[in-house]
Formats: sequence, C-alpha cells, structure tokens
Amino acid sequence: MNIKILFFAGLREALGTGSASLELPAGIATVGALRDHLAARGEAWTALATTKNLRSAVNQQMVGAEAAVKAGDEVAFFPPVTGG
Amino acid sequence: MSVSVQEADFDAGAEIAALSAGRDDVGAVASFTGLVRADKPADAGADARVGADAPPTVQAMTLEHYPGMTEKALEAIVDEARGRWDIYGVRVIHRVGRLVPGDRIVFVAVASAHRGEAFAACEFIMDYLKTRAPFWKKEETPQGGRWVDARESDDHAAGRWDAGK
Repeated sequence: MNIKILFFAGLREALGTGSASLELPAGIATVGALRDHLAARGEAWTALATTKNLRSAVNQQMVGAEAAVKAGDEVAFFPPVTGG
Repeated sequence: MSVSVQEADFDAGAEIAALSAGRDDVGAVASFTGLVRADKPADAGADARVGADAPPTVQAMTLEHYPGMTEKALEAIVDEARGRWDIYGVRVIHRVGRLVPGDRIVFVAVASAHRGEAFAACEFIMDYLKTRAPFWKKEETPQGGRWVDARESDDHAAGRWDAGK
C-alpha cells in the first residue's frame, strides 16, 4: 500500500506539484525520515530540507518530525500557516 | 454547522443574529471580522510615499487551504474553546480563493451568558486559528507574488492562552 504525500503553499510551488504517491521505503518510519528521503532526491526536492520551520501533518493532524508514518497514511508538508 | 471554509462572502449581521435566535439565555455575542488590508511595504524605506498618497502594495491575495484538515483543525479549536468557557454557540467562517483589499476574510462569533466569556473565547479562537489552522496567504504586489511569512507575534498571542496551564 502506498503513502500519499501532500504539499501546500510555497512548498507546493517550489516542488511543482501538490501531491506525490510512493511505496514507503524500508526503514522509513517517521515524518522526519520521510522528509529526508524526499529531499535526497535532489533538485527541486531539496526545498523540503531548506523550507524554514517546515510543518507536517499525518492523517490531517499536525505532528512533529518524530511522528510515525506507515503505509496508507496521508502525510502533508507545508510552511507555517498564515490564515486569519 | 459552526465551521465553514468557503469562497463566498458572508453576512456578519445575519450570523450574529442566528447565534441568539430562538433563545433567551444569550446575554452576549462577541464577534471579530478580519479584512484584507492593503499594507504599505515594510521595506520601502525613505522613498515610500505615505498616507493617502501611498500606493496600495497588496493588490489582492489568494488563500490556500488543506481541504479536510482545515475544517477538522477549526472544529478542534472550537471544541477547545467550549472546554475552557461556558459558551452557548460559536460560528467560524474563513474564506478561501482570491480576495482584494476591503474584502472580509474571516469571521468568529461567540454567544454566551456574559461578555467576559464571549470576548475571551472569541479572541482565543482567532489566536489559535492564526497558528493552527492550515491556511496560507499569497499576496499579489506590483513586484509580483509573495507568500506571507508567519509572524512570531502570532505564536506569542496563541501562547498566552497556555500560560499557567
């Protein structure tokens, strides 16, 4: 089962896509590890490493980098929120 | 339906009236309406024209959100407010899409028996919304588009409510 990954705002623009789907690689068990894995693709993907104060969510709950991820989850990465 | 994320404008007066319609125990309705502002550039320096002469820098802005999570986050904030104060009704509306200066962007109203709880809960919901609900603003300016940076003062405002907890 794949993992669905969403990107928003400036990060979405930097990546040129709002979503990605991939099979969760062996050994990737946390949001932080998933972020590093994606950033290691290089080129535009390095925005995941360079975006200041990058936030993340798993299954639509805001979480920290240490949060667990598993196949079937919806993971999102985005800059700090600016609504209101 | 206490929480709405929508492109359409809203009628603040009608929303306020609805919070006390058909009941006689509401003694206070506090509300906040946020508008799109045409800010002067912070970095314009000495060349900036000021006052009525100043050109509007923000010509429009586009609000992006995370469908599904945004509604859940707003509902969680409302639940948190209900746990902290004895409030009878809450309405939160946040617009998305393209808005121009002067447009209404966000609305929060809280009904309670007394003003203290209504004021406090209304401000709490706005402070938490600013830091916890997944919305992002992109401004259109004469220099091009730019994503609004999160402000530390907003984190500080939200953090006040945690002091002493």
